Amino acid sequence: MKVRELIEKMGLRLFSGELCLDKDISGGYVSDLLSDVMGNAAEGQVWITLQNHKNIMAVASLKELAAVILVKGQAPDTDTMAHSIEEQVPILGTDQEAFETAGMLYQLLNQ
Amino acid sequence: MEFRYEIEGGNFSRAGHASSAVKKILKQLNVDNRVIKRVVVALYEGEVNVVAHADKGSMLVDIDEQRIKIRIEDTGPGIPDIDLAMQAGFSTASAAVREMGFGAGMGLPNMKKNTDQMRVTSEVGKGTQVEMITWFSQ
Repeated sequence: MKVRELIEKMGLRLFSGELCLDKDISGGYVSDLLSDVMGNAAEGQVWITLQNHKNIMAVASLKELAAVILVKGQAPDTDTMAHSIEEQVPILGTDQEAFETAGMLYQLLNQ
Repeated sequence: MEFRYEIEGGNFSRAGHASSAVKKILKQLNVDNRVIKRVVVALYEGEVNVVAHADKGSMLVDIDEQRIKIRIEDTGPGIPDIDLAMQAGFSTASAAVREMGFGAGMGLPNMKKNTDQMRVTSEVGKGTQVEMITWFSQ
């Protein structure tokens, strides 16, 4: 599944990175610890987190993640969005919590 | 080939710049992607350690056909007990740093896990030096 389809199927907000929505999603990773994501997430995964500061984009880009989903209505600051565009990793958002978001993503990727 | 990057202590908005620059170089050199993936983890954790704990530091990267050697050194508080610092989960990071999702005590263990050799030396009150080597083919 591509990021574009995920946005549509999950009704996600798109904050930034609309030019890079054709990446294939290989899976998901849920964590708010940056070192955990750094050490354990894999290329092409969608990262679900409530962290919304600029450093998430450094991690997402170094790990070549497909997208980041901010949960609980979190929005990225302008710096984070600028970095997202630069690094070509889209930032998406939802009002739902990480549990529901992960559950939905899991279901979509495994059907 | 040698490259040197300065790392600013306390400036989280620039954390990852040096690592990203080295990653680009490794890609251009056509280094095996699996190696790049490991090295990038070590680079980023090392860079963040300087940002989170030190006053300032530098990342020196030496690449030849066989291996990449990374030396990260800083001027800062130093590490009183290196064995303790190497333990997963041990952290001296501030509450503010932890709130950002850093400081989980996974940095040094992540670096060790993702390099072939690692050596940490430190002097309390002066600074810390980390040297890591990763071979391109086993």
